[in-house]
Amino acid sequence: MTTTIQDQDSKAPAADAAIERSAAYYRLKADVEDFYYHEADLLDDRRFRDWLDLLTEDISYFMPIRRNVKFGQQAARENTKRGEGISWFDEDKWTLTKRVEQILTGVHYAEEPLSRITHMVSNVQIKGARPEVGAARELDATSRFLVYQNRVEYETYIFVGRRNDTLRLTDTGWKIARREILLEQNILLAKNLTTFF
Amino acid sequence: MPLRNDFDQLVDVKGGFISREIFVDADIYRQELDKVFTRAWLLVGHESLVPNPGDFYTSRMGEESVILCRDKKGEIHVFLNSCRHRGMKVCRYEQGNTSLFTCPYHSWTYTTDGKLQGVPLHRTLYDGVLDREANSLVSVAKLCNYKGSIWATWDKDAPDFITYLGDARIHLDQALDCRDGREGGSEVIGVHKWVFPANWKFAAENFLGDTYHNPSHRSVDLIGIGPSAAAGKKGRRDDELEKAQHVWISFPEGHGVHSAIQPEANDYIESFLDNPILEKYFRHCFEERKRRLGEQARLLPFVGTIFPNTSYHGRQPRGLCAWHPHSPTSTEGWRFFLVDKDAPKEAKEYLRRYYMRYSGPAGMTEQDDMENWLYATAASTGTIARRYPFNYQQSMGAYVTDHPLGGEVSTQITEQIARGFYRRWTSYMQGGDWHELLGAPAGNRQAAE
Ligand code: FES
Ligand SMILES: [Fe+2]
Repeated sequence: MTTTIQDQDSKAPAADAAIERSAAYYRLKADVEDFYYHEADLLDDRRFRDWLDLLTEDISYFMPIRRNVKFGQQAARENTKRGEGISWFDEDKWTLTKRVEQILTGVHYAEEPLSRITHMVSNVQIKGARPEVGAARELDATSRFLVYQNRVEYETYIFVGRRNDTLRLTDTGWKIARREILLEQNILLAKNLTTFF
Repeated sequence: MPLRNDFDQLVDVKGGFISREIFVDADIYRQELDKVFTRAWLLVGHESLVPNPGDFYTSRMGEESVILCRDKKGEIHVFLNSCRHRGMKVCRYEQGNTSLFTCPYHSWTYTTDGKLQGVPLHRTLYDGVLDREANSLVSVAKLCNYKGSIWATWDKDAPDFITYLGDARIHLDQALDCRDGREGGSEVIGVHKWVFPANWKFAAENFLGDTYHNPSHRSVDLIGIGPSAAAGKKGRRDDELEKAQHVWISFPEGHGVHSAIQPEANDYIESFLDNPILEKYFRHCFEERKRRLGEQARLLPFVGTIFPNTSYHGRQPRGLCAWHPHSPTSTEGWRFFLVDKDAPKEAKEYLRRYYMRYSGPAGMTEQDDMENWLYATAASTGTIARRYPFNYQQSMGAYVTDHPLGGEVSTQITEQIARGFYRRWTSYMQGGDWHELLGAPAGNRQAAE
């Protein structure tokens, strides 16, 4: 197996290949940040169907399980892989739609009553733009998230991690075509993952 | 600290009441670790997690970390993951391959068969005193590789694992054997590990055959997430048992299962309709299994718990769970997801996706289980709440003891399995001998031999 320092699932290029910080870059970055804030609003306002509309039909939504491995094996073995074995999430739009439908039944007791959730997004960077930064139709963006969940009375969870996304421009604006969610936990310190990241 | 006869009062199997104390009390919990988890056979892992010499996988038994390891000669061991010097956790990696375990603290090293090998400055500091052999990693007393699944116990007097399983064995087999009826042949394709704030017995009991909690899965049944959901079927799995006689069985060792017996004709029930390749494959497996096992093929598994804390899902989805105690009110769940090692790629690909959307903390079905276990535990800790035992009076007496499957067999949903589980739990808590732990009535010890 060949391995590189970059996580195999991350399309983010190495730091030395960073995009030049031009005015066009900052304009694009602002657009992406705005998109993420809008996405967070939809989720936190529980507009789940509208959130689904932000996903392309061929979305790949992936959250690996993170493992404790020996130094030097991180790239090859730390994260479970997209497309093989068991991860927390490795799914398509059909499954994500099912998750939304389940919440909307009103009897999905793990989200009934609904949790109070806030998504914070930061550290946004554009790592690639195609065909070019000034006229991007598709881009790779990395960010950090902090998701706060309070459930019923005393249940509280804080999920912190990174996202590696590919966004695609459509007639109705940017959409998420690929998302990798790296939660900074090994054993999941929460009873459930009922929220979207 | 509760005494022997206190447990008879806490667990009133005859009246059908079980005290909430056993689900929340810290003293009782400490005693469980001592009296149940040091004696019973516990699931540690699966041979497919350590396929090659030098492979290791860190696991748990009760609250404690253990190392499942295949030594240089290919033999499988299970050791306590704690250095004999000052107790440092010898291995903090989840999985890997090594020729030595080097303790990070003072660098004692242990070979893959657990022997103490390297002791820095041995000649100057320990010469003639330190007995290496006597300072090996602490090994379990007994270990069993049962059809690929690895089990162990700390009790040297425990019966062998097959005896321990008793008549529950053929039900567990259904989870471990190939879909086409060949023995064994499973592999683990991934492991979930998560912590939830509930007593471990809620999870164990849930899988004993608590079919009664179906209503809590209404949301997932309404939307449909089974292997024929994309083809338009509702529910969370295909109803392979729609024509079968369901059976709920309590075994004297404390195990309990919910299985089903197909009608004599044992016709294939359409399943995996989402994908024609899978539909064909599983139909083939069904027919092969029928050809191989004959009459025996009529028995199909659903779920079960092997006393005390190992549960299985036999078909859709398929896997083994260990409910590791963390505290009276918190549990670490581990699920080993299983497929046939030689299943076609498409089948494995479909199954892993189905398992993920069904199971565990990210699973649309089991999220609702966790919600129940948490709030049932939390609402039972109060001073007033503890005065009122849980009701276990469902289907009292509705079972037969002369069924060919053995144990106490019920053909209706029943809490007899739970009553049987806690009856045996009581024997452990009272420090019963192995005759009693295997379910032989007092004064009739012959039966266990
Ligand atoms: S604790 Fe392991 S060598 Fe001292
Ligand atoms: Fe359930």
